[in-house]
Amino acid sequence: MKTYTRPMAGWWRRNPYYLWYMLREASCLFVTAYALVLLAGLFRLAQGKQAYEAWLQALASPLSLAFHAVALVLVLYHAWTWFRVMPRTMPFLRIGGRRVPDGFIVASAFASSIVLSGALFIAVWQL
Amino acid sequence: MAALKRSNKPVFWSLFGAGGMLAALIGPMLIFITGIAVPPQAMSYERVLVFARHGLGKLAILMVISLFLFHGVHRMYHCLHDFGIHVGPGLKALFHGFAVAGTLVAAYLLIGL
Repeated sequence: MKTYTRPMAGWWRRNPYYLWYMLREASCLFVTAYALVLLAGLFRLAQGKQAYEAWLQALASPLSLAFHAVALVLVLYHAWTWFRVMPRTMPFLRIGGRRVPDGFIVASAFASSIVLSGALFIAVWQL
Repeated sequence: MAALKRSNKPVFWSLFGAGGMLAALIGPMLIFITGIAVPPQAMSYERVLVFARHGLGKLAILMVISLFLFHGVHRMYHCLHDFGIHVGPGLKALFHGFAVAGTLVAAYLLIGL
C-alpha cells in the first residue's frame, strides 16, 4: 500500500528557531570528526615518533585549523544549549527537601565547565 | 505472559548523554589545545607517549574518543529522522556500530602502547 507522505524538505530553513536547532545538531558531525582526528593521532603515536610528528604537522595545515575553529564554535554552542536544558534533562534535584532552582543548576554547570577547562589549560601549560 | 523485550535505548542514550556532557564541559578547551594551540612541549612525542602509557592517561584518551563518538553518531542517527529519512534497526546498528568499532580500535592501540 502506498500512503501519502507529507514532503518535509527544507522545513528547518523556514524558521530561525529551527535553524539554530539544526546548527546545534551539526555539532555532532564535528564532535565525531574530532574524535577521529584524535584516534588518528593515537594510531600515529603507536607507529612511532616520525609518524606522530607527521600527524602534528598535518594539524598545523590551514584546513585542519579551519576545521578545529569551526568545531570549537559549534561545540561551544552545543555546551551552551546542553547546560541550558539541563534542568529539564536531569531528574529533580532536592537539597534539604527543596527543589534546586533551575538557574542554580545551569549556573553550576557553566561554572564546572569553566573550572575544568581552566584546570586543563593550566595542566597543559604548567606541568 | 511473554517477557517484555528490554529496550536498548537507555544504553545508547546514556552514552550519548555522557559524551554530550563531556563535550560540553571540556570539549571547547580540548579542541583549542589539540587542534589550534598545539603546544609543542605538552604535545611532543615523548610527553604524549608518557601520558598515553599511564593508566589514567589511557582512560582519559579512551573516554574522550569513545564518548565523543557515541555522542556524535547518536545525534547523527536522530538527525536522519529530521531530514525525513526513515530509520530502522539496520541504520541504528550501523551508526552505533561505528562508535563501537572506534572504541575498540582506540582500546587496542592504547593497550599496545
